[in-house]
Amino acid sequence: MRTAFIEAVCELAARDPRVWLVTGDLGFSVLERFAQQFPDRFLNAGVAEQNMTGLAAGLALSDCIVFTYSIANFPTLRCLEQIRNDVCYHRANVKIVAVGGGFTYASSGYTHHGLEDLSILSSLPEMTVVAPGDPQEARLATEAIASRQGPCYLRLGKAGEPVIHATPPQFELGRAIRVREGDDATLISTGGMLKEAVDAHDKLRAQGIRARVLSMHTVKPLDESAILEAARETAAIVTLEEHNCHGGLGSAVADVLALAGTGVPFGKIAVPDRFWHVAGSQAHFRGLAGDPAELVARLLGSRRSLAESRRSGRKGLAA
Amino acid sequence: MRSTESQALAKRIRSHALRMVHAAKASHIGSCLSAADILAVLYAKVLRVDPTRPDWPDRDRFIFSKGHAAAALYAVLAEKGFFPLEWLESYCRDGSPLTGHATATVPGVDVSTGSLGHGLPVACGMALAAKRKGLSRRVFCLMSDGECDEGSVWEAALFAPHHYLDNLVAIVDYNKLQGFGPVGEVLKLEPLAAKWQAFRWSVREIDGHDVPALEETLAAAPFEPGRPTIIVAHTVKGKGVDYMENRLAWHYKTPDAAQLDQALCQVECPI
Repeated sequence: MRTAFIEAVCELAARDPRVWLVTGDLGFSVLERFAQQFPDRFLNAGVAEQNMTGLAAGLALSDCIVFTYSIANFPTLRCLEQIRNDVCYHRANVKIVAVGGGFTYASSGYTHHGLEDLSILSSLPEMTVVAPGDPQEARLATEAIASRQGPCYLRLGKAGEPVIHATPPQFELGRAIRVREGDDATLISTGGMLKEAVDAHDKLRAQGIRARVLSMHTVKPLDESAILEAARETAAIVTLEEHNCHGGLGSAVADVLALAGTGVPFGKIAVPDRFWHVAGSQAHFRGLAGDPAELVARLLGSRRSLAESRRSGRKGLAA
Repeated sequence: MRSTESQALAKRIRSHALRMVHAAKASHIGSCLSAADILAVLYAKVLRVDPTRPDWPDRDRFIFSKGHAAAALYAVLAEKGFFPLEWLESYCRDGSPLTGHATATVPGVDVSTGSLGHGLPVACGMALAAKRKGLSRRVFCLMSDGECDEGSVWEAALFAPHHYLDNLVAIVDYNKLQGFGPVGEVLKLEPLAAKWQAFRWSVREIDGHDVPALEETLAAAPFEPGRPTIIVAHTVKGKGVDYMENRLAWHYKTPDAAQLDQALCQVECPI
């Protein structure tokens, strides 16, 4: 995703002289190509994220489109008030990019676990929040946020994520991409969890369950119509995110389902609300969130037994 | 002695701010009064701005980073004609455009402020954009002394000289009182001018209520090619109203009707 991002930003900068890239002293072996091609629009702000974000707002208020770049929580939580006040309140054209969202840097320890960003940034007015599902989406998302007026947050993985989309998909901010068809249940993922959703789809298919897969790359604004369509057309919904179980994709989808009064069986695969004190791979930590295929099967099973008990209950009453 | 344009403007800023804070039962009058002379000189003599075109692209930028003293900023903007003077009566009222801290939705306010330590980084971005685009505009940023406790100020303090931002002029309204006590007791800033010098800024210290000195110093800013400028302006919190001067309580208190009359009598008296 990182490679797709930097390639897309270089192309954007070649087309549009307003595009800047500002890093908080990270991006070694990634950002050099931008720095070499566009030295007047590249800036290393040093290890100083508050100043990086404030000055990005100042540049944006001077007609620039500014990407700020760092890893994990550094470009977001470290300078959250600058994002809120200087960027969002002014609707400044700043695009915040975090590499290493979720458990990308799992072994590095809790400082490098980016697990609260979707929730926190989604709660800021004016902010668009995007977590692409694969390198194809990362490239398209980079282009899309550059042409969207106002603050955006782009959460990326690192490098080497599997390509899920064989060809570039139709990509529009706020519109989920239907990655797999299915009418029994729906898996809605954000970010790199798209891979887990597609794997769960395959696993369920082997059991005769056809699960729709939606890549919800934009967490805010959320594609409510795709969610409600899934609630009408399929019998259970499960969300997948590499994020704290509070306030992320699952919470946002649950809001939509509850407010619309759908009552569809719903479950979420998310990270338990706790810190992790041990090392481990991304796969290790993803595994702790539970098995999405099992969750889907359980929800469908409980739905069937509920329907059966209702039917037998009605029969009993009629008798 | 005949009052100069700047001095006359400073008097009107003080009198508006007193009335506004009294009517709104608001805080921060002491901070408004310490900044009044600096604001008056900036708007009377220094800033290249046009009240009829508040968004004129080539204007100088002014970031009022001590946004809690917004009453004084709104007062000078209204006096200059950015919006009608009558607006000042609505300060902090339900639905008023004039919020208690400075908001850029008001004509003439370039950047919204109110949380300390935000102004200087934004000013750096604006100054850098102007340099890289070859624009002649200057960027001014007025900070409070308590604000210099914020780490973000010192991140920006490192940044500006590194990028040779000689189109950036920062001013510290150094009134020596912050939220909970004297600056020297809360978190020592001294030697403040030497700190900025060590960060490779071009520094001058002046009396922030000496209007001719302010005019002369600000006219000379930026002081040096290749370096950002900072003016450490020694001021008095509550300046101009004897019972408010150097009293921490007037960071918070609102003058009652009798106190307002007394204060107006002092700030509006002939020089």
